[in-house]
Amino acid sequence: MTGGYILQQIVNGLILGSMYALVAIGFTMIYGIIRLINFAHGDVVMIGAFVTLGLLQKLGWPFWLVSVCVLAAGAFVGLAIERAAFRPMRGAPQVTGFIASLAVSIMVQNLGIVFMTAQPRNFTFPDFLQELIRIGPVSFRAVDLVIMLTALVLMTGLILLVRKTRLGVGMRATAENLDVARLMGININRTIMATFALGGGLAAIAGLMWGGKFGQIDPLLGFVPGLKSFVAAVIGGVGSIPGAICGGYILGLAEVLFVGLLPPIYSAFRDAFVFATLILILLVMPNGLMGKRMEDRA
Amino acid sequence: MIFRRERMTALVLILAGIGFVAVAQRSMNDYILSLINFVGIYIILAVSLNITNGFTGLFSLGHPAFMAIGGYAAAILTFPVRKKAYFLEGLPDWLARVEVPFLPSLLIGGVLASLAALVVGVPVLRLRGHYLAVATLGVLIIVQVLITNFESVTRGPLGLNGLPALTDLWWVFPWVMVTIFVSWKIKFSSYGRTMLAVREDDMAAECCGVNLFRTRVAALVIGAFFAGVAGGLWAHLVTAITPKSFSLVLAFHIVVMVVVGGSGSITGSAVAAMVFSVLTEFFRPIEERLNIYGLGEIFMALVMICILIYRPAGMFGAREPRLFEPEED
Repeated sequence: MTGGYILQQIVNGLILGSMYALVAIGFTMIYGIIRLINFAHGDVVMIGAFVTLGLLQKLGWPFWLVSVCVLAAGAFVGLAIERAAFRPMRGAPQVTGFIASLAVSIMVQNLGIVFMTAQPRNFTFPDFLQELIRIGPVSFRAVDLVIMLTALVLMTGLILLVRKTRLGVGMRATAENLDVARLMGININRTIMATFALGGGLAAIAGLMWGGKFGQIDPLLGFVPGLKSFVAAVIGGVGSIPGAICGGYILGLAEVLFVGLLPPIYSAFRDAFVFATLILILLVMPNGLMGKRMEDRA
Repeated sequence: MIFRRERMTALVLILAGIGFVAVAQRSMNDYILSLINFVGIYIILAVSLNITNGFTGLFSLGHPAFMAIGGYAAAILTFPVRKKAYFLEGLPDWLARVEVPFLPSLLIGGVLASLAALVVGVPVLRLRGHYLAVATLGVLIIVQVLITNFESVTRGPLGLNGLPALTDLWWVFPWVMVTIFVSWKIKFSSYGRTMLAVREDDMAAECCGVNLFRTRVAALVIGAFFAGVAGGLWAHLVTAITPKSFSLVLAFHIVVMVVVGGSGSITGSAVAAMVFSVLTEFFRPIEERLNIYGLGEIFMALVMICILIYRPAGMFGAREPRLFEPEED
């Protein structure tokens, strides 16, 4: 096991982590604002991947245009889910929202099966993204570079949006205390819709990346990245955006190193490892790395 | 022995059930019989999950994990010794040499599931609300991964097949009765009242001297026992068992039954279990004819969302129909 090999694994971990981070941001923002664990968030990743497939491969649109459309589609799906399922039950116990999101998730997956069939589809990016880049001992494809850079740009943009704009101030105020924010004249519905739209857009972009990275997509693909990004959000401290980003990278790195550095017999246990970590973190440090102390989880 | 109304109703129902089972076993074809068996198993699952989710308000998605443990345990125990020799070569010696009758196998499966619930519950039940739900989902996935990778005993993703077809209505019906009876006894005892108190307001309950933690663990362990038994019945009904059968989708189905029936209502869980398991079967030929799969799931998810929005307490709330509720003295 050389230094080059370990470096390569670290790069792989960062690539995976970028995708987890993008999805985890949506989880954490939605949780922060209405205390909802949105299980259906992972399925927006799947929708993003299918929209990419349709526009890029079937219609042959240019890559930048496809990315913009995927972002918009994800935002739209996020909005639609909020309007149809979560708004009517706002104020209900937290578990109700969670179970509803589970139902939405199963519905979206099965709608995917009805319209797209359960058959996995191949997914190829244009040639200029497939080129192999070598830097010293580390090699990766151009698409991996695009994934990492896009993720960084989007995350910076999001943090600026939340820190500097009126909308961002509204979101932070709503997360702090919904009722007081309403009394201060913040339009709560619009703020919550903006949160779902932003989260959905980022998740859909993660779907585009997921398809490009793994080369195959099917209607159930959102399940695993969705769950793992939730774990990432918990690691970072649910409700904190920088926390979610760190959590995403930590989980991506940990998962790749777990598989890459330990003997191969253990790699079959990687999902068990991820969820054991989740339970452990919930029990031992329920506020994660950067979460504020909120209501008790334990 | 005083003749009370609810005892009479129960007696009539049990006798009618036995009559029905006797007629069904003789006259109905295999397809209908297996459907009725599945309905029974779903009733056991929903009514037992109702003890955990409904009475005590612990939102557990881990029911299929306990089912899997009970199912695998029972399947390995009843497996004929001579087939074990070449089918399951990796079994430890003491397991390879035993062949246990069905009833003790089911009971051992249930007890093992309870033990697993105890081991899992002691740390995890410190979590509340949706965090508990997520943690139990984690437990479900961990159990699935462990079973898939524990190849010497479980044959991994292949699963065990060719199990003896021991399950019939004479097994399922009594277990349905036992599950409902135990659940009933719990609900209308001081113990069940404690559980309901924990669900409604845990701090108030604690102030009245309720040991929250012990009540929660007990609710999970009792539910897990029946899940384990149901797993054993299931395995010997389909005569095969694979790790994939015990998925989140199954957890979702059972949760839908409990929530739609009314969290806390035994009648509600049982009725919802019957309706949904028959409906799923009803959707199957439609899906096959149209070659569109997933319609049944979409329907269930829609019903679930509508119930959560318009009638969050479910069909029966936490109550039982007047005919069955014990009379006040």
